[in-house]
Amino acid sequence: MTYWQADMETMSRADLEKLQLKRLKETIQTAGNSTFYNKVFKEQKITPDSIHSLEDLKRIPFTTKEDLRNNYPFGMAAVPIQKCVRLHSSSGTTGNPTVVLHSAKDIDEWANQVARCMYMVGLRNTDIFQNTSGYGMFTGGLGFQYGAEKLGALTVPAAAGNSKRQLKFIADFGTTCLHIIPSYATRLAEVMQESGIDPRRDTKLHTVCIGAEPHSEEQRKRIEELLGVKAYNCFGMSEMNGPGVAFECKEQNGLHIWEDYVIVEIIDPITLEPVPEGEVGELVLTAINREAMPLLRYRTRDLTRIIQGKCACGRTHKRIDRFKGRSDDMLILKGVNLFPIQIETILMKFNELGNNYLITIENDEMQVEVELSDLFTDDYSQLQRLTKEVTRQLKDELLLTPKLKLVGRGSLPVQEGKAVRVKDLRKF
Amino acid sequence: MTINQISIFLENKCGKLSQVLGILTEANIGIIAATVADTSEYGILRLILTDPDKAYALFKENNVTVSKTEVLALATDSCAGSFAKVLGCFTEAGISVEYMYCFSLNGKSILILRTNNSSDAHAVVKKHNLEYISSENLNKI
Repeated sequence: MTYWQADMETMSRADLEKLQLKRLKETIQTAGNSTFYNKVFKEQKITPDSIHSLEDLKRIPFTTKEDLRNNYPFGMAAVPIQKCVRLHSSSGTTGNPTVVLHSAKDIDEWANQVARCMYMVGLRNTDIFQNTSGYGMFTGGLGFQYGAEKLGALTVPAAAGNSKRQLKFIADFGTTCLHIIPSYATRLAEVMQESGIDPRRDTKLHTVCIGAEPHSEEQRKRIEELLGVKAYNCFGMSEMNGPGVAFECKEQNGLHIWEDYVIVEIIDPITLEPVPEGEVGELVLTAINREAMPLLRYRTRDLTRIIQGKCACGRTHKRIDRFKGRSDDMLILKGVNLFPIQIETILMKFNELGNNYLITIENDEMQVEVELSDLFTDDYSQLQRLTKEVTRQLKDELLLTPKLKLVGRGSLPVQEGKAVRVKDLRKF
Repeated sequence: MTINQISIFLENKCGKLSQVLGILTEANIGIIAATVADTSEYGILRLILTDPDKAYALFKENNVTVSKTEVLALATDSCAGSFAKVLGCFTEAGISVEYMYCFSLNGKSILILRTNNSSDAHAVVKKHNLEYISSENLNKI
């Protein structure tokens, strides 16, 4: 069997859109029970019956993170709180935290969504799955936990950090799959190397699910090479349940976004109009398979594009490209728009460079510090050539010249959580 | 014919050199010769050590950016013109010197030489019967 839910995953586009319209109407019915949407729908005169096609979705205003903050904690709840069984929350470093509520049905649907993703990349109930995500409020922990259990895999909730312990679990339990942040995957590979562990010889790892921070194709290849695994890109966000919103299939060419769960739009973040299909813009999602807290036309701030054409895997759900960054991660330097991922893509091309880097912006100048890899030779002219070549390629990509600084191994902060790649010291 | 030189990438940051030397002290590894090639950004510390293999492993363990390089160690006497004579042999064979440094050990002047072509350099040493020091007898001098 190739699919977790063949009927859903390979449904014809026409049937899928019919299902979306039905679920959208149901969602509008449910969402109207929340304080927030009740007001929005009244103002815009929106009722389930006034929605005749998916085009009518555009009559609904966007929902933003700000709306979630302003309605903290329960203003977005569409069911009585007694019916909710789980609450997840963001950190709230820049104001009120955001709260996402789940009913028992929501949790079950979410687990199914994650199980579908895991099955898609070849994981089965015979696998041993180690989740290195933080548990607690971060959805990458419990989200994958429930999904992997639904799949029937033996699930190890190792949680984040403590590399020696992670390695012991991988060896002792015969872990075959990890869920891991990309920057931590390369870090873990380094710890393996330092401990004399050859992942191909000494572990049973064959697959890793990487997500939660933008990463380049080069970094994926490096992770695959270092750990001797296949690495699949996963995407999720707590506002849309968490992990499992979109996931790569074995083709590794874009992430299938589950359209029986969400309606996808890509908009220009400035004009808020849809971009032509295939062009980069901000991902906007409407949850159509949730009851406790449905969100309509939610602006994710993530920049991506739709990959056109049919996928060889046979799934009919649209594919989104790997993320180009976040509309709020975008750096503007001397009038040029930049994303950290562009810099990473260049750095990862050079074997002489390691996995850890840091971008610092001060006084309108950009400095890129990057650690050398194990391939360091003491040939001074080679180091100079390397500096020149990396700088040249960065300049071609960014259209401005950053100051490149090679640093020794271990001199940049070790990335064990979500990697901090940019230090912007400018005062605005 | 060659000896192992340990090269270390050093950022221009206070305490970096001390950290490296501390590792050697703790492991009781002696420094026979040391030189630093520096730029405004970083330096490359080149070391001839009593136990390069052990030092290399220790540096790796301590996450120091390190490499092992084979270099020629040629013994010359200290009288006028002896360096010039040795270098002349390499120039004549069309071999360039990437870097060199020297030190004296028990009355002998020792020239550390890294060339752009090690196999040709070895041929020069043989042809002119230059006195070289191998890693086995470096510690015996």
